[in-house]
Amino acid sequence: MSKVKAAIIGSGNIGTDLMYKLERSETIEVSAMIGIDPDSDGLKRAKERGYAAYSNGIDAVKENPDMAEIFFDATSARAHIEHAKVLKELGKFAIDLTPAAIGPFYSPAVPVDETDEKLDNVNMITCGGQATIPLIYAVNEVADVSYAEIVATISSLSAGPGTRANIDEFTITTRRGIEIVGGADKGKAIIILNPAEPPIMMQDTIYCEVKHMDEAKITEAIHNMIEKVQEYVPGYRLKQEPLFDENLVSIFVEVEGAADYFPEYAGNLDIMTAAAAKVGEDFARKLKVGSL
Amino acid sequence: MGKQKRDDIKITEVCLRDGSHAVSHSFTEQQVRDVTRALDDAGMHYIEVSHGDGLGGSTLQYGRSHVDELKLIEAAVDEAKNSKIAVLLLPGIGTIHDLEEAHKLGAKLVRVATHCTEADVSAQHISFARELGMETLGFLMMAHSVPEYKLVEQAKLMESYGAEAVYVTDSAGAMLPEDVRKRVRALKDNLDIEVGFHAHNNLSVAVANTLVAIEEGATRIDGSVRCLGAGAGNTQTEVLLSVLDRMGIDVGIDIYKMMDLAEDIVGPLIQGTQEITKGSLVLGYAGVYSSFLLHAERAAERFGLDPRDILIELGEMKVVGGQEDMILDVGARLAREKELSK
Repeated sequence: MSKVKAAIIGSGNIGTDLMYKLERSETIEVSAMIGIDPDSDGLKRAKERGYAAYSNGIDAVKENPDMAEIFFDATSARAHIEHAKVLKELGKFAIDLTPAAIGPFYSPAVPVDETDEKLDNVNMITCGGQATIPLIYAVNEVADVSYAEIVATISSLSAGPGTRANIDEFTITTRRGIEIVGGADKGKAIIILNPAEPPIMMQDTIYCEVKHMDEAKITEAIHNMIEKVQEYVPGYRLKQEPLFDENLVSIFVEVEGAADYFPEYAGNLDIMTAAAAKVGEDFARKLKVGSL
Repeated sequence: MGKQKRDDIKITEVCLRDGSHAVSHSFTEQQVRDVTRALDDAGMHYIEVSHGDGLGGSTLQYGRSHVDELKLIEAAVDEAKNSKIAVLLLPGIGTIHDLEEAHKLGAKLVRVATHCTEADVSAQHISFARELGMETLGFLMMAHSVPEYKLVEQAKLMESYGAEAVYVTDSAGAMLPEDVRKRVRALKDNLDIEVGFHAHNNLSVAVANTLVAIEEGATRIDGSVRCLGAGAGNTQTEVLLSVLDRMGIDVGIDIYKMMDLAEDIVGPLIQGTQEITKGSLVLGYAGVYSSFLLHAERAAERFGLDPRDILIELGEMKVVGGQEDMILDVGARLAREKELSK
């Protein structure tokens, strides 16, 4: 089966890591990387790997619309607003790794209602969202979550300038994702940066208050979801069995990255690109069977 | 001997914020009214009111507030005739929207707190607070854990965002007087704004440390009446003010009234003990964030452990403020290891 072509907009860390992940895909082939800085490490690496490398931003897409069917956008929220318009007009599928959130929040581990109108732009929420929302969804399915709270702790070195300049965006967007995608009636998100050396792995704690406590069912749902996420993030794992107190379940996970472009500890960055790659693959499969 | 009037020294009473940890965030509106009224009458400059972990801190991670902190802030504003009501905000926990709410209710000052190496997450909140017209100060937590040059670098960031003072915040109560001297002096030498000091009394040197800070030029000083704060509490306000008085320094607060309110109003609020117990001593000894104490004691009971073992392990892992979830995680792990070694 031939592969579906995909291009990466944004030649920074995220775009570069994504490029390496997509090289392993059986359904997607990278055709191009698009940046704005011809000297960026990402574009150099793309060229070395034999991909078309453009440094004229979204104009490259306008000039060569056939370069790909799927576009990953790893630029910035502001840039994606413009990119989204162009991609929509060209009838392309956009996977948005920025905080722009023009399309709906999306986690590849959470099924979506297929009766929705045609999906052509999805947003990857936040790293903390990708690491926690699937588990909230899983618990909600079996126990009805009234309140979910997550604490994402990441190493200082893995928090980029974008995250640091607008940390409220992380907490607010993740909270909304917990409610919209996770299904909790009410959500709350906390992020903590830890500067310890050697750098700590991303760790996430998820607290769910449930309406129908059933330890066995909840434990099973959690384990099933961990396996599902491990399909695209092999380093995603429970640190210990869930703890139960009355109507509260506490879940502790850590995320070890695949160390494609980022160091292993940066599970927070890895889970974003791994989840985006998985979404791309799922949509590539649908494109092949013509259901999109 | 004549008294030296020191209008430049501003005291912030933190028992209604840091003390929130010590009472597991159970303050009632009446308690806040009584304490605020008495502090205001004594001439306290600023009174901080918030969840212990700042605005938005009412969570499963840190403990839920018995009464919504915004109601408590509103009540404090209502009681304070001259004292200004301050709030605490930790980026990553609370947001600028929480701050806007507190400001609408009458909060006049905000301390924006980050771990001492992560000041750049506060840019958004400091500049927003300045736009609101609030007095805006930076709080560099766990300041014992980095050398002076790092603290200066981070404080300068906060200054560049618009902070009007930066605090050396000894969240773990781990600093010795010379540690305080070096850090306050380095900030005084390198900043154009005021320097503050916030202590915890886990090693019983909070008053001494605060005197050193003042000697080195710190002018924003925190205290908690009866040491009602996390761990063994903070610099005991009524004691500090009495000591300053003996030193001939008058900051304009009535020490007799402070002693009375400490005895009659704040004292009865204390639930456990604010003495230095083995738990709080180990916080200072191991350099662990003071609000972990009660959580560690609860986890120790749950898993059949000594709270000191949990706290020392957390110290070795270099956890930072806000990582209360690690207490349960470490407790469960130590219990498993103990089971295996049997």
